[in-house]
Amino acid sequence: MAATATATEETGKSLWQGGVSPLKASYGKLMMWFFLLSDAFTFSGLLIAYGYIRFSFPAYSGDPGAFVPSQEYWPIPEMVFDAFPFLHGIHLPLAFVGLMTFILILSSVTMVLAVEAGHRMDKKDVEKWMMWTILGGITFLGCQAWEWSHFISGSGKVGWGIDLTGNGVIDFVGANLAMNEYGPQVFADLFFFITGFHGTHVLSGVILNVIIFYQVATGVMERRGHYEMIEKVGLYWHFVDLVWVFVFTFFYLI
Amino acid sequence: MSGIVETHVTPAPKDKSKVKKLWQIAAILAIVTAIEFVFAITLPKGVLLYTIFITLTLVKAFYIVSEFMHLKYEVKVLIWSIMIPLIFVVWLIIALIYEGGNL
Repeated sequence: MAATATATEETGKSLWQGGVSPLKASYGKLMMWFFLLSDAFTFSGLLIAYGYIRFSFPAYSGDPGAFVPSQEYWPIPEMVFDAFPFLHGIHLPLAFVGLMTFILILSSVTMVLAVEAGHRMDKKDVEKWMMWTILGGITFLGCQAWEWSHFISGSGKVGWGIDLTGNGVIDFVGANLAMNEYGPQVFADLFFFITGFHGTHVLSGVILNVIIFYQVATGVMERRGHYEMIEKVGLYWHFVDLVWVFVFTFFYLI
Repeated sequence: MSGIVETHVTPAPKDKSKVKKLWQIAAILAIVTAIEFVFAITLPKGVLLYTIFITLTLVKAFYIVSEFMHLKYEVKVLIWSIMIPLIFVVWLIIALIYEGGNL
């Protein structure tokens, strides 16, 4: 690659006569960028839909501490997502999602360190940092699984749930695609779609990372003479982190 | 490319300043997230708080895209071909949140 580019520069060919990487980026990286741009549109579509639907519902106007869900207004995220594993019944608003965000950011950092090690052709370091990245990704997925199962099975709070028959007895708790105890029906739908779509991305990112880790460990990259594949998969992994930053803001904070 | 040959490559030494910079960015991202978290539970909801959140999100996005994804160091044309479409998306998000509020 480098040799070709140098040869072309030496012959003084113009940019339009071939042999030069457009935008001075390799084919793989360029295509990854364009894929990520299109993927960003997909996620924007989901978040735009969320913003539009959310603000078309009335906001809860009372005291946040005394919040009780209703179909009439949009729920307050910090009252819905306030549970933490092993700390049952304690009100810890957004603490668990905050931790998940932190885990994903950390795994993004270990990914850049893997890329940096790749530039130095340091196989051992690449392996080490890829391993941390994979672990971070799996931890995040585990957290999300917990979050989902808690959301689906119900908050267990007093007065939360749906009275289907109107006789004052709560017959339904938790959430599914048709009903949920937290607020308007579409709230749970958007939760499942947005975090689920992101979770699918994390899962595919972890799978890609495992494949790359295997290739590094078996010396494929070393024989190839460069670790560019780490950079390409790294771009994808950072994008997944980036999307979560936006999901965290728009879904959990606002 | 002559079959499988066991090669031994000596790794180049670590660039300490580069690694240090990466950890600094990680610290910034963690601190910004912590600030958002504190604001979410202490400040009253409203346009001001939402503006703060979106601004802080864009700060985080800037660091992730420019440093981690290395976009800052790419050719200008590449930077703009990624950024310009996204600017329109941001406009669409703001426009539809505003429209949704008027329903």
